[in-house]
Amino acid sequence: MFSLENITLIIHEWLNSHFNPTLALLSEFILVGLASITLFAVLGLSLVFMERKVAAVMQIRLGPNRVGPKGIFQTTADTLKLLMKEGLVPDGADKFLFTLAPFVVMIVAMLILAPIAFAKNFQIWDINIGVLYLSAVSSLSVIGILMAGWASNNKYSLLGAMRSGAQIVSYELSAGLSVLSIVVMTGSLSIKDIILSQENGWWIFKAHIPALISFVIFIIAVTAETNRAPFDMAEAESELTAGFHTEYSGMRFALFFLAEYINIFIVCAIGATLFFGGWMPLHIGQWQGFNHVMDYIPSSIWFLGKTIGLIFLIMWFRWTFPRLRIDQLLNLEWKYLLPISMFNLLLMTLVAIMGWHF
Amino acid sequence: MIEEIGRTTEGDLIINVGPQHPATHGVLHLVITLNGETIKKVEPHLGYIHRSIEKMCESLSYRQFIYVTSRMDYLSSHINNHGCALCVEKGLQIEVPQRAQYIRVIMDELTRIASHELWWGAMAMDLGAFTPFFHAFRERETITDIMEKTCGARLTMNYIVPGGVMAELHPDFQKDVKHFIQLYKSKFEEYNELVTGNVIFQNRMKSVGVISKEDAISYGCSGPVARASGVICDIRKLYPYDIYNKVEFEEITEKEGDSFARYVVRLKEMQQSIRIIEQLLDIIPEGDFQAKTKAVLKLPKGEFYQRVETARGELGVYIVSEGGTTPYRIKFRSPGFSNLSALEHMVKGLKIGDLVAAMGSLDLVIPDIDR
Amino acid sequence: MAFLIFIMFLKDYIKDVFEAVRSMLKGMRMTGYYFTHRKEIITEQYPDNRETLNLAERFRGEVVLIHDEKNEHACTGCSACEIACPNGTIKIINKFDITPEGKKKKAIDTFVYHLELCTMCNLCIVACPTDAIKMAQNFEHSVFDRSKLTKKLNNEGSKLREGIE
Repeated sequence: MFSLENITLIIHEWLNSHFNPTLALLSEFILVGLASITLFAVLGLSLVFMERKVAAVMQIRLGPNRVGPKGIFQTTADTLKLLMKEGLVPDGADKFLFTLAPFVVMIVAMLILAPIAFAKNFQIWDINIGVLYLSAVSSLSVIGILMAGWASNNKYSLLGAMRSGAQIVSYELSAGLSVLSIVVMTGSLSIKDIILSQENGWWIFKAHIPALISFVIFIIAVTAETNRAPFDMAEAESELTAGFHTEYSGMRFALFFLAEYINIFIVCAIGATLFFGGWMPLHIGQWQGFNHVMDYIPSSIWFLGKTIGLIFLIMWFRWTFPRLRIDQLLNLEWKYLLPISMFNLLLMTLVAIMGWHF
Repeated sequence: MIEEIGRTTEGDLIINVGPQHPATHGVLHLVITLNGETIKKVEPHLGYIHRSIEKMCESLSYRQFIYVTSRMDYLSSHINNHGCALCVEKGLQIEVPQRAQYIRVIMDELTRIASHELWWGAMAMDLGAFTPFFHAFRERETITDIMEKTCGARLTMNYIVPGGVMAELHPDFQKDVKHFIQLYKSKFEEYNELVTGNVIFQNRMKSVGVISKEDAISYGCSGPVARASGVICDIRKLYPYDIYNKVEFEEITEKEGDSFARYVVRLKEMQQSIRIIEQLLDIIPEGDFQAKTKAVLKLPKGEFYQRVETARGELGVYIVSEGGTTPYRIKFRSPGFSNLSALEHMVKGLKIGDLVAAMGSLDLVIPDIDR
Repeated sequence: MAFLIFIMFLKDYIKDVFEAVRSMLKGMRMTGYYFTHRKEIITEQYPDNRETLNLAERFRGEVVLIHDEKNEHACTGCSACEIACPNGTIKIINKFDITPEGKKKKAIDTFVYHLELCTMCNLCIVACPTDAIKMAQNFEHSVFDRSKLTKKLNNEGSKLREGIE
């Protein structure tokens, strides 16, 4: 059966049999690095294309369909165009920070990739505090945004970056509490354990009502964290302040843009892992026959399917709802999402202790 | 799009919005004085699209100047033409045949619906939802196709002339309009679901840009802007022209005077327009479509004024004639100009995000203001 | 007493949340409907569909002089269209023909039409007493050279049809 872990095992065996262990380890590091960079590039291109097509069909029109068959080379053409543009550094801007900011955001995105399990036994690093690592490192992206806003020497970039920073920091609380409620059920922070505990069913089905509320809050919170509509006041195109990436052009802008889409992929991957089982196929309790049939579909396909489903949900939000004003946005978080998620955590703990789950 | 000009000594910020907008308003230049994020003063600077239409009309004859007025408020072009034609007919005491009157009123109401559709799409786009814009254009496309078959043009239709209309209706007209009415009725529910009932839209529009009834009257607002504050000012009811005194429709007023009230007034006006068209469509009488007039029109010496209700408010056409073949002076009282003057009063003390919602709900078309 | 107020507040709060979620789901259902029904797409893929495009017959594209199969037109050179045009788009240049009876008759030499100035207002078509001109349906007028926009509407060697006055 096709399975990604076989590929990694074969490569591991081949390297160890031909070189000494240190060199083998080093070359594995390099291979993993190259693979993740390739993954980013491919993801960036395909997600942007997917967004444009989804937006188009919802707006009763065709999307890009000229460049390449059915328009699949559109994003490649756009990337080439961005590469050839002049990367302008504004006069009076802090040159070092200005150049560093997109890289900080990109590095954070790559670091978060480490504990995510793409298929069975296909994880870069399974640390025992997986979920905590994810929350902690994703908070570092705020630094990149604030750096970009400050270093641009533009009052409107600074205003937009401050707003964006406030928004991200507030919504991390609700996202963290939702994640915590699943950890309560599992009893472990490591990603592998969370996925293995969903062997007899996904958490969204097993822990019914609290998990559903958690999931809804999680989706709203991560939409706000990645600055997507309806929470994109900080980078709105038809509002006044044009956001923290106003002064960026050319390759640096392309990096910010790419980092936004990578972030969406990553938070959807986390959501799929926690609530929908990651690479675990759909199993129902102890129905061995059904479970056996479901196991035929490779685990990487399960993972990709779930993640893309959640990405589609987030895109669906963008093209349906208008923007919230900045004070309404913070209002939503502090007065509605946070109390509900705290209450939900209590509810989930009660359900876990009393065993009222499947 | 935005540059900062300077800071005043009290710590205020002066920024420019425009003249180029990402939204569909046109070339409007607003100079806003901000204190932090609160708006203290709004000053519109006009004239970026001034084409001296009133001066041009002084060298054109009474048949020729009507095509220029289509380009003033290009979204309600039939109604502009209608106003000018009525003013000329008032001067010459021409009697318009019944068939022409019915056709004119139906074209007016179709134009009103098309204009409100575009306003609806653009307002949703200003607030951040991009999808309703395309849905609105689908309905508008049906209307412009109907216009194209009869008048020949889609936006600036020079179809209403002094004495009647320029050409006979296309044979498919009634069938097409019936098809459109059916399509529209099925889509109206969708508009409610997608935009009006949505909690985010309501929170962005309620209590934003409130203007009271006395203030609306004193600033000279007209049309849906004034009607949303409770002023009864529908020209079609108060000073009816053509056959508006024979159709039944309601004048929609609301009391709150905020952006949401203006929104609801326009949506309900669209439904009333459908009602008017339905009443008139089947009973168009036979007859001439244009009264017989002389080849060269000469208005007698004097002053003539005619007011019509466009989609934005009251348009006034004022012709001063010295007895020649061309007018001595024409002045247009444009609805957008007075509505825009109320903008500062509405947004004082609110945040920047509210400015966009308030401006969208005023439904400004800048060529109408600048002429 | 305070407990009752708290319960009322809680009831309103929960009602707010439910109303919000319900209106969101209704909106999403609408766009989801359009996502799944691809037949609603109304885009016309323009440069590819030139053969199947049919414009209304009254569409105001540009002014043309109607010529029949014998290369004859109906324009007598009366200049009614030139007078009716609001912005000087048409210029009629006349010449004098000798009829078979020997009398001098006015006939049209060149019908100059400035496409760059025309606003397609239709006043010239309405003013023509012999229905010699009409509006054609083509809308692709862009050229690289501005002098191509000044057109001569009467064909080479065409003449007035018999019996038109």
